[in-house]
Amino acid sequence: MIKIIDLHKFFGEKAVLQGVNLEIYDGETITIIGGSGCGKTVFLKHLIGLLRTEKGKIYVDEVDITKLTDEKLHEVQKRFGYLFQGGALFDSMNIGENVAFGLKNYNFPQEEIKKRVEFYLSHVGLPGIENLSPAELSGGMKKRVALARAIAYDPKYILYDEPTTGLDPVTTETISDLILYLQTTLKITSVVVTHDIKTACKVSNRIAMLHEGKIVETGTPGQILNSENPIVRQFITGKIEEVSTSKGESVNA
Amino acid sequence: MRANAFSQVFISLGKVTILIKQIFHWFTRTRFSWVDTINQMIEVGVKSLPVTALTSLFTGMVLALQSGYATRNIFNEPIYIGTVVALSLIKELGPVLTAVVVVGRVGAAFTAEIGTMKVTEQIDALYTLGTNPVKYLVIPRLLACLVMMPILAVFSDFIGIFGGYFISVTKLAITPGQYWNDIFDFLVVKDFLHGLIKSLFFAGIIALVSCYKGLECSGGAQGVGKSTTSAVVTSIVLILVSDYFLSNLLMAVGL
Repeated sequence: MIKIIDLHKFFGEKAVLQGVNLEIYDGETITIIGGSGCGKTVFLKHLIGLLRTEKGKIYVDEVDITKLTDEKLHEVQKRFGYLFQGGALFDSMNIGENVAFGLKNYNFPQEEIKKRVEFYLSHVGLPGIENLSPAELSGGMKKRVALARAIAYDPKYILYDEPTTGLDPVTTETISDLILYLQTTLKITSVVVTHDIKTACKVSNRIAMLHEGKIVETGTPGQILNSENPIVRQFITGKIEEVSTSKGESVNA
Repeated sequence: MRANAFSQVFISLGKVTILIKQIFHWFTRTRFSWVDTINQMIEVGVKSLPVTALTSLFTGMVLALQSGYATRNIFNEPIYIGTVVALSLIKELGPVLTAVVVVGRVGAAFTAEIGTMKVTEQIDALYTLGTNPVKYLVIPRLLACLVMMPILAVFSDFIGIFGGYFISVTKLAITPGQYWNDIFDFLVVKDFLHGLIKSLFFAGIIALVSCYKGLECSGGAQGVGKSTTSAVVTSIVLILVSDYFLSNLLMAVGL
């Protein structure tokens, strides 16, 4: 279980996260929705220690990771898989080496690595591309390879940063199905960050809306779709309507 | 604005110090890839050899030419040409020119490669896949520079001395024996040490500055370009400035 308490993050004088509180339960898929630039990716990077917080606590399996040294943080990071927005495949390696990278670092036997690379590439619908380079793949294929790389070493948690952004509808559906499969079949706890409400509703047990650095609403996809909160309604419908900011001002959002 | 630029220097110095601390930490506590280190050695040393050789060959030739004509004007004959060429190259120009060539060829590539990895989140991906970027990227590059730069500088010295020899014999009418005598009469082992210590120091500057600028890179393709330019300029300035102070220091301790 991951528990986030009063998480703050500042970049210079700009406050990106202003007291995020959230609990992520084992085995669930929770999606963080919110407008572009609202701090979704910043929030996600805190969960795995890629960014360090100035204030607040993050408990991963009851260990506060905000106070850990780099070496101890590495141990916690082993429990996570992270799907980056652009895939973040290593240019200097071929696809097989990319998927095998985490497995080698976590000391899997050579035979096992070979089997897992083949298995997970087939799993994401890309069998036999081990010897291609990342430059030879399309955006959707890169994301699927990155997903294979993230899940190859059986992490307990998977963090997805905009998994379907910029993809065509068919590939979006394929990625959504994979996320759903990982949750239902492998019982992996997943945190998805997206502004694609359709994907969010399809893959999530719960959805949380991030706005102005705070979680303003949490609920099941049905509860979020029927929310009376004007910020949530405006995000879902995409219509410009009057909403109140946290400072009590009334603006046309 | 001036205060910002001033404080920025101290922030950068602080971050480089943290980087050095991390290098020591990972170097002493974990295994790092010898394969990567050897690949970087090939990149830093073997592939830099042709351009270093060309630079030092012509530097040796022009040193012989200039000193030959200068001494002919003063003493009516070219004297001590071998001494001038060898000492200039071994103590100063060999290490400095090699460092400048390596900055342009290798330092820029380090920053561009690591910087591109940073802006495309590949550095973050290394963390999430259980690898520290300092261990994986910085240590092999630093080791490669520390091992290969002194070797390159020695090659550079010899090639430059042969360039000077060629001009002395063909254009200045100095006998080969005289040229070599001028060198061996005045050259001592500690002159080589003087140059080698400088090379090691410059290698550290190049690897640290280039890797640091890459790891601190932000802002997409433009950011990579700016970081690369900044790495090259900073490295060259640091090399040239530290060369003076190092020379003073080494002479003070008798080298």
